[in-house]
Amino acid sequence: MRFEYAPAPESRSIVTLRDSYGLFIGGDFVAGSSVFKTISPATEEVLAEVTHAGPEDVDRAVAAARQAYERIWSVMPGRERGKYLFRIGRLIQERSRELAVLETMDNGKPIRESRDVDVPLAAAHFFYHAGWADKLSYAGFGPSPRPLGVVGQVIPWNFPLLMLAWKIAPALACGNTVVLKPAETTPLTALLFAEICRQADLPPGVVNIVTGDGATGQAVVAHPGIDKVAFTGSTSVGKEIARSCAVSGKRLTLELGGKAANVVFDDAPADQAVEGIVNGIFFNQGHVCCAGSRLLVQESIADELLGALKRRMGTLRLGDPMDKNTDVGAINSRAQLDKILELTASGETEGAQRWSAPCPLPDRGFWFPPTVFTGVSQANRIAREEIFGPVLSVLTFRTPAEAVEKANNTPYGLSAGVWTEKGSLILWMASRLRAGVVWANTFNRFDPASPFGGYKESGFGREGGRHGLEAYLDVLGGGDV
Amino acid sequence: MSEASEVSVAAEAGRIAVRKTYKLYIGGAFPRSESGRSYEVRASDGGFLANAALASRKDARDAVVAARKAFAGWSAATAYNRGQVLYRVAELLEGRRAQFADEVRLAAGLSAAAALAEVDAAVDRWVWYAGWSDKIAQVRGGSNPVAGPYFNFSVPEPSGVVAVLAPQDSTLLGLVSVIAPAVVSGNTAVVVASERYPLPAVTLSEVLATSDVPGGVVNVLTGRVAEVAPWLASHMDVNAIDLAGAPGALADDLAVAAAENLKRVVRLPAGDWSAEPGLERMFGFLETKTVWHPMGV
Repeated sequence: MRFEYAPAPESRSIVTLRDSYGLFIGGDFVAGSSVFKTISPATEEVLAEVTHAGPEDVDRAVAAARQAYERIWSVMPGRERGKYLFRIGRLIQERSRELAVLETMDNGKPIRESRDVDVPLAAAHFFYHAGWADKLSYAGFGPSPRPLGVVGQVIPWNFPLLMLAWKIAPALACGNTVVLKPAETTPLTALLFAEICRQADLPPGVVNIVTGDGATGQAVVAHPGIDKVAFTGSTSVGKEIARSCAVSGKRLTLELGGKAANVVFDDAPADQAVEGIVNGIFFNQGHVCCAGSRLLVQESIADELLGALKRRMGTLRLGDPMDKNTDVGAINSRAQLDKILELTASGETEGAQRWSAPCPLPDRGFWFPPTVFTGVSQANRIAREEIFGPVLSVLTFRTPAEAVEKANNTPYGLSAGVWTEKGSLILWMASRLRAGVVWANTFNRFDPASPFGGYKESGFGREGGRHGLEAYLDVLGGGDV
Repeated sequence: MSEASEVSVAAEAGRIAVRKTYKLYIGGAFPRSESGRSYEVRASDGGFLANAALASRKDARDAVVAARKAFAGWSAATAYNRGQVLYRVAELLEGRRAQFADEVRLAAGLSAAAALAEVDAAVDRWVWYAGWSDKIAQVRGGSNPVAGPYFNFSVPEPSGVVAVLAPQDSTLLGLVSVIAPAVVSGNTAVVVASERYPLPAVTLSEVLATSDVPGGVVNVLTGRVAEVAPWLASHMDVNAIDLAGAPGALADDLAVAAAENLKRVVRLPAGDWSAEPGLERMFGFLETKTVWHPMGV
């Protein structure tokens, strides 16, 4: 059955784009050495011109952050720091519609997700960490834990504002100042956040935002004035950063790739499991490091479950991200689309069977239909490599032990899912899955109080909760655990 | 042969001592190095003590295989059980105080009283860590108040196989102070003993072998840290590494090699091994797992 929907587009009028944006250094927007353009991935229209920060711009940002750290932020009482964070949390709420629309324009994700997930969670992260700022001595890291200094943070394009919040909120709460590098394709909400910092009267230099590409990120990570590096992104870049920090001695936390198994047992509630599988892999076009990209389904229900899954996939609405009924938005960039195309082609070459939801793709912009591969072997690239797109690989198992074996057969270890009505089996599975987050009878849930981060090559350190504070405090080994 | 080589308990006039062969400890067995090599271990006064096995790359890899094999069982044991097993190690150490004190005295050139004090501190350190096994989860984990109808909790779990480079400057206390924090939480370990003081490490492995610690949970290699450690640091089935026994420049290289599979690297400033250890070393080999489940009727 196919429902017809009238268009329900969210208005862009709430967003006022400038023609060009500077770098946010020392509390002001300043010019840099060169510029680049950021586009809407849904239409390929140019949204604005953004400054590319070169090494000398990064120098200025680090100097501003150092000065703010030494003179203001590290000596300010925690309760005062906390009040700034509360202010920022409130300002994000006050400007939530504007942030959501801008995020969807620049990133391509459905407005429903930016409005209901990204922005409210970003505000929640500031509220949660605001309360920690004057309670750090009770957090279990010694009687008077100290900040680390100037933190260099490099974030990805899949949740631009939310990843900014995950990075900046704990860093500031713990008394550090930051130089943050947003992703090249999604700089705009970070620059709007800079305006929010100004509205909050945050002391100049506490937050500095340098836009640019990988070279800018490298300049931030390698800068001798940076005391700690926090990176979210690909495992290959994460390893490079780990090598660089091994020599420089900088503290480091990494949140990297994943290839999560979503394990469905024969007694799982079928409709809920199908919703969970869809949410697990098609949420945010599958641009999610913890996406449930490997479906492990018990052999006895595989055919039935796949039938239900394909029926459900057929109802997903792909198209204009600004439409409030849209389920699947645009792929974030041409480069990412190319990567998805290459990996899915390898899936077909290696013998897996592809099925894509029969949805029309818009003429302009970057799009990929929700897709499922069956007949996948563990050795196939689509079962081993992170696709970071709306592509699900299906494998089967017979026994719980086999499910654990297959689920853990990956160098990654970020997340996993389990679907069954049997409580003892959930806890048995949860204790054996080598992953930092296990969702049982749910998937892709996030909360500022809930520690998030990986095992093995998915990185180290946690974000969120009491555990996340350790990454930004000068406790021995704190950057490494 | 110098006087120093005569272990006091065997130094009875007119009797030829039965000497011990110091071997590796891998998977619960005591093999020689597969390379057939050994090196001279000398006392603080330069006298010959013994030939210790000179471990090779193959020995290191065999030890990793043994440690990986032991991980599933050891990490799944109850915390109470691990605590009991480790406490029993302390009981057996206590029973061999005199033997360890002799080895420590000869190796480090300490007075008999100082050597015994070092051994006692090592036994006490082991007891301290044994008691942590069923406390870590409550100190390090907990439930998280998420904004939704979910029960959400975080638990610490062991990282996996840990390569432990024992400190070079300590005979026994430093050694137990790096092994115990790795294995108490369910990790398994491949230990590279101090180059200069390998004999107490071999004797410790005899204690481990005769206590209830399953084979493969602790594996002990003797030899050149600069030769063996790089193979462990770059090994793709090792999850973490403690660089206590690596000199600065080597430690940098090992940390770079460890990035290849993002090992957890513990690199703490050299301290006084007799001081209260703190929790960093134990926490350095822990992951945090967070589990969500919906609540509802």
